[in-house]
Order: sequence, then C-alpha cells, then structure tokens
Amino acid sequence: MKKMTGAQALIESLEQEKVEVIFGISGGALLPIHEVLCDSNIRHILARHEQGAAHAAEGYARASGRPGVCMATSGPGATNIVTGLANAYLDSSPLIALTGQVNTKSANTSYMIGRDAFQEADIIGITTPITKYNYQVKTAAEIPKAVKTTFHIATTGRPGPALIDFPKNTQTGKAEMDFSDNLKIRGFKPNTEPHPVQVKKAVKLLLSAERPMILAGGGVIISNASPELLQLAELLMMPVATTFMGKSCFPENHPLSMGNIGMHGTMLANIMILKADVLLAVGTRFQDRSTGNLDSFCPDAKIIHIDIDAAEIGKNVEVDVPIVADAKPTLSLIRQQLVHKIKKQETTPWVKKVKEAKEKFLSEMDLGKCELSSPKLLKELRKLLPENAIVTTEVGQNQMWAALHFQTFKPRSFISSGGLGTMGFGFPAAIGAKVACPTCPVVDIAGDGSFRMTEQELGTSVTEDIPVIVVILNNSMLGMVAQWQRLFYGGRYAGVKLGNVPDFAKLAQAYGAEGVRIGSMKEFSDAIKKALNTEVTTVIDVPICPEDDVWPMVPPSKGLKDTITGV
Amino acid sequence: MSKEHSHIISTIVEHKPGVLYTVSNLFRRRGFNIDNISVGPAEEVGLARMTIMVRGDDRTIEQVIKQLNKLIDVIKVTRLNPEHSVTRELALIKVNAINTKARSDIINYADIFRARVVDVSPDSLMMELTGTSDKIDAFINLMKPFGVKEVARTGKTALSRGVKSVIIDD
Repeated sequence: MKKMTGAQALIESLEQEKVEVIFGISGGALLPIHEVLCDSNIRHILARHEQGAAHAAEGYARASGRPGVCMATSGPGATNIVTGLANAYLDSSPLIALTGQVNTKSANTSYMIGRDAFQEADIIGITTPITKYNYQVKTAAEIPKAVKTTFHIATTGRPGPALIDFPKNTQTGKAEMDFSDNLKIRGFKPNTEPHPVQVKKAVKLLLSAERPMILAGGGVIISNASPELLQLAELLMMPVATTFMGKSCFPENHPLSMGNIGMHGTMLANIMILKADVLLAVGTRFQDRSTGNLDSFCPDAKIIHIDIDAAEIGKNVEVDVPIVADAKPTLSLIRQQLVHKIKKQETTPWVKKVKEAKEKFLSEMDLGKCELSSPKLLKELRKLLPENAIVTTEVGQNQMWAALHFQTFKPRSFISSGGLGTMGFGFPAAIGAKVACPTCPVVDIAGDGSFRMTEQELGTSVTEDIPVIVVILNNSMLGMVAQWQRLFYGGRYAGVKLGNVPDFAKLAQAYGAEGVRIGSMKEFSDAIKKALNTEVTTVIDVPICPEDDVWPMVPPSKGLKDTITGV
Repeated sequence: MSKEHSHIISTIVEHKPGVLYTVSNLFRRRGFNIDNISVGPAEEVGLARMTIMVRGDDRTIEQVIKQLNKLIDVIKVTRLNPEHSVTRELALIKVNAINTKARSDIINYADIFRARVVDVSPDSLMMELTGTSDKIDAFINLMKPFGVKEVARTGKTALSRGVKSVIIDD
C-alpha cells in the first residue's frame, strides 16, 4: 500500500499495464493527471481533435494487438471521442478511453456532478451502449482496481472499447493505494477453449465435405490465428474468403485465397461461397454488408461457426455446429484431429473449379478506363510498398477499391473502419499504427471527402514527428454516395459535390508536411518512392475520374448471387 | 419462426448504481420488448434480482439472454419455465367507498381474493393484493363499478420452484 493522489495512482496503474503512449487532448478536468503524466515515461501525443485521438489509439491497438489509450477532458472533450468508441465497439478493438469529469458530489461545490457544471456531460450515460464496459470512479482509492478491471475487460474475450471517467477531485484526492493483482469480476468469464464435442462434430462435417470453404473474419486477426488458419486451409485444400474485417488474415497471393465477400467483394468469392457444401465461418458475425440478403446466402451449406462471443451465434445466421471459443486454439484443435484422418491432397475437383473461376474472374476484372483509375493506382501502390507496410483506409469508394485491389499478405496490415464506416478514421489510425510500428511504412488510402474530416491531424503528425503517407483518391465528391445516386437515384447528385478545394498539396505544406499533386502513373510512382524516404508526412493528391464506380457490387437488399459488374 | 409470447427472465446483477440503466438501455437499443421489470435486493448483500418479462419468439429470447450475459454487471441469467416457477405481483388499489353498502361489498370481495384493507378514509378504501397478474386484473375489474381511484402494481417477480436455485459460483 502506498499513499498517493488519484492522478499518481492512475499513471502508476497505466505503467503496470505497460501503456507506452496516450493519444489525447488536455483540458481543465484533466490538469491533475497531466501534471503527473508529464513526469512519467508514458508518451502523450497531443492530437488536434479528440476524435483523432480516439482513432489514433484504435489504429495503434489494431496494428500492435495491444490496447490503445486515448484521453479527453470532461464535456466536449469526452463527447468528441464518442465516434471513436462507437467505431471500436463495432470493430471489436481494445480501445481504452480516460475522461476527466467535474467533481463528485462529495466535493459539495457547484462544480460537481448533477449541477450542470462547466463542461459537465454524462459521458457514462452517453457511452453505455457503445462500450463493452464503462465506469465512473467515485473515490481516489478505487482507481488502481478500476484501471485493472477496465484493461482486463477491454482486452479479454472479444475485445472492445472501455471508458473510465475520473471526476477531478478523485484525481487530487489522496489515499492508500492497493495495486495487488487479485481481480475478481463475477459477471465476466469469457470462454476461450472449444468444447470437445463441438470440435468433433466440426471435424466430422469437414471430413464429409466435397466443397468446403472458409469464411474468415476479423476475429482471426484479433486472435492472432492466421498461422492456424493457413495450416488448416492447406490441409483440407479449402478456399478462403474473408469478410471486410478479415482482410489481411490470409495471404491474398495464396492460391486458395478468394478475396473478400460482400457488397463490394470479389466476384469470385461472392459466387463461389454460394456453392460450398460446408462453410467454416470463423471470427465473423455475418454482418449484412458481408452476407447480402440472407435468404440466398449459402443455401446448400452446413455451417460451422466459431466465435468467442456466444451472442454472435445464431444472431444473424442459423448454424449447424456452433463453437463458442477463441479462434486460435479451436482451429489448431480441429487441425490436430484431422491431420491423422486425411492424406494431404495436392488438389481436389472443387479446388480445380475454384481455380478456373479465379482465372476467369481475374481476367474479367474491371480496372477502369482512365490512366489514373483507382484500381490501377492501388495495384501500383502494392508493387511499390514493402511487405511489412501497413495500410489504413478512409471510408467510401477509396475503402472498397482498397479492399478489392490492394492485396495484403500479413495480418494487421490492413486497418479500416468496417462496422461503423467512419469517414475520417484512416488518417489518425495511420498515425496510431505508425506509433505502434515505427519501422513499417504506413499509408492512408483516402478519399478527398473522408480526409477532410480529420485532416487537422496533419498538425499532430508533423509536430509529433510521426511520418505517414496519405494517398488521396480525389474525385471532388463524396464518391460512394454519388455512385448510389448514379445507380439507384436517377443520376441526380444531391449533397455530394465537394468542389475542387482545397489544394491538398498546399494544405499539407501549410502544416509543414510534404504535399504533391500528381498527374500521371509515373509521377505517382515517383511520389510514393520519394515519400517512403522522407522523414515527414507526405500527402499525395491524385485526381481520379470523378464518376468512376466501384465494381463489382451487390445492389442493396440483394443477395450475393445478384453481384453485378459495370461491364 | 416460433410464435411470440411472454417469457420470464430472472437475472442476478451487481446491486449498484447504473445497472438498471445498463439493462433497460440494452433492451431499448436492440429493440427487445419489456412487458415489465421488477428489481430488488437478492439473497446476498451486493446482489440484486431483476425479473424481466419479455415478449418475443424463441430466437429473440435466446438473443436477449446472450446479450444480457455480455453485460459485465449481469452475473447470471436464467429463463424460468412458467410451469416450474412461482410468479407473483403486488398491487395497491384505492377504491371509492362512499356508503356502508359499497364498503361492505368491497370488503366481501376483498376477502374472497384475500386482499387486505390497508388504509381507510371516509370515502375510500385502499387494498393490498398479491397474486398472479390474472388474479389482480380480475380483482381490479370487480372494483371498477365502485370507482377505482388509483392503482399501483409492482410488475411480476418470480422464482423457480423446488431446490433448484440460481447459484453464483465464484
């Protein structure tokens, strides 16, 4: 037991949790914490908007697999991180938010909770539906336990965002602090080991399959189960499709890789998954953007569903063999039980068929007519980046083009806002990823609309010396909405034209970053090569054909079988 | 899809501020229908029992249970079988009793329903009645001709019969 202030206890607790960096913005209700933080070894990265801080912390978490921490002051500071929490909630990221708050009732002044004090917001009430756990500290003494509990919950089982609210007088209050390890949370015991009976059933089903397929989701990345997935796929010669969140969990240059399924999945994955007779779905929640209309989703398949969250089983799709467990040990156990029962095959009639389909669909793939079409640019970008590069995306056409045309080879190398579809996520997430992996080049594949939503973080990247590359696929429009208006709303544009402003190169330069607008593929390649060897953030503005569509596409409310192409 | 009907969900939760908000918010956000909810301290200090009546088909109820289980402050969730559990509700009913005839009629009815008179004023009677919701409905209907002034009902609470209990393992 040590006597210290709540702020000191918080910093000591964070050090015990091995927190190296906090993304945040200071403020009145955080002053006691900042006073201690500036003397600690934890780096505070000053963001320019709390939303940027939250996304950066999530980028850090998803690149590293460790919890990301953001911090904001009471009131507007706290409400500005709401989008970041909602994003992390839908993408199951371990994001920890620390917020300042006005005094507790015990302070007995008018600057206290419940009096509508200056910068008071009920952040617990606001974030309850979008956090896995949140807690308002009532006394300084409970801070060590609150921090330990929060980190444990956010990172254990299915990860998710968590928030701790620190009233100012709990930061200044002194108490004997107990940092011991005995944590007991009665209502939180996630199951990680698979039930042997269910594994046996899955094995039996897989052995009986003629056209087996894997659908791998973000859970595979979270569970670090990519090696197990690869081994199992190769053992059974099972083609692997990924969900959008699963992208990067399986090397896309592997012969068994089929790319993403979904609204903007590959033609190959969307069509072939419907032919499977056994589908092994792992770490996915069968979200609507992935499955399309459920009435025609995998009509002939028996489905094995592995997920660590029991509530995901049967939520959207009824399955034949549910397994509530962590993906990594489960895939490993299934493989162990199969390995003695089958001879490894070089190929099967089913794999041959998939391979033929792959060649056909690849040759038919629409890469656009303009020289600077997004698909061509992204293929070129892949060639220019080393394998360890991390790519983040914004949201909209840029994101879907990236998913379709930018191949990934390593888990955690593709970070994007899948569930919430948060425009403005990619750039701060890139900053966070760069902090987590300083030796990897990090590129934000952006659209002009999305980038504008958090472009102020250029200030963060320059002053904090976190160099990333931003490639803006610039069509001067909110491109995805415009695409829907072209296809489904009679071609009338409403609320999508952004105009050809600002000059992004000049904008970057105004922040002290590098900025360049390019006009040819050669200039694009040169700009990327130069940016990779530049010590400061580079913004590359690429004018693309403003009315290019993302193909293929499953029209809204249609099934995967209705996937259409633009040709 | 199975038919929608009412189910009894019995939960043990941490007895602390904000839990009711967290639980009711979950129902609102996921579009589950609460018929009624009753909360009070459970057998152990620090725990509360929430009894929730939910309408929905089997699949919805399964989701309700799984989603409740995900809440950190919810420790145990059980779906009670109506045939193997006892369900009760408490009601306070204030009825006009303007003359001796009305007063004695009301008290006679109350006796039959085993309701107790808990407050008397010159022109009204207040009764306390415990039972199934059907019984309370029936009694309130009987009282209507006299003039029901106010009704307060707690909502159902329930426990499973016999030795089976919702035990918290550490």
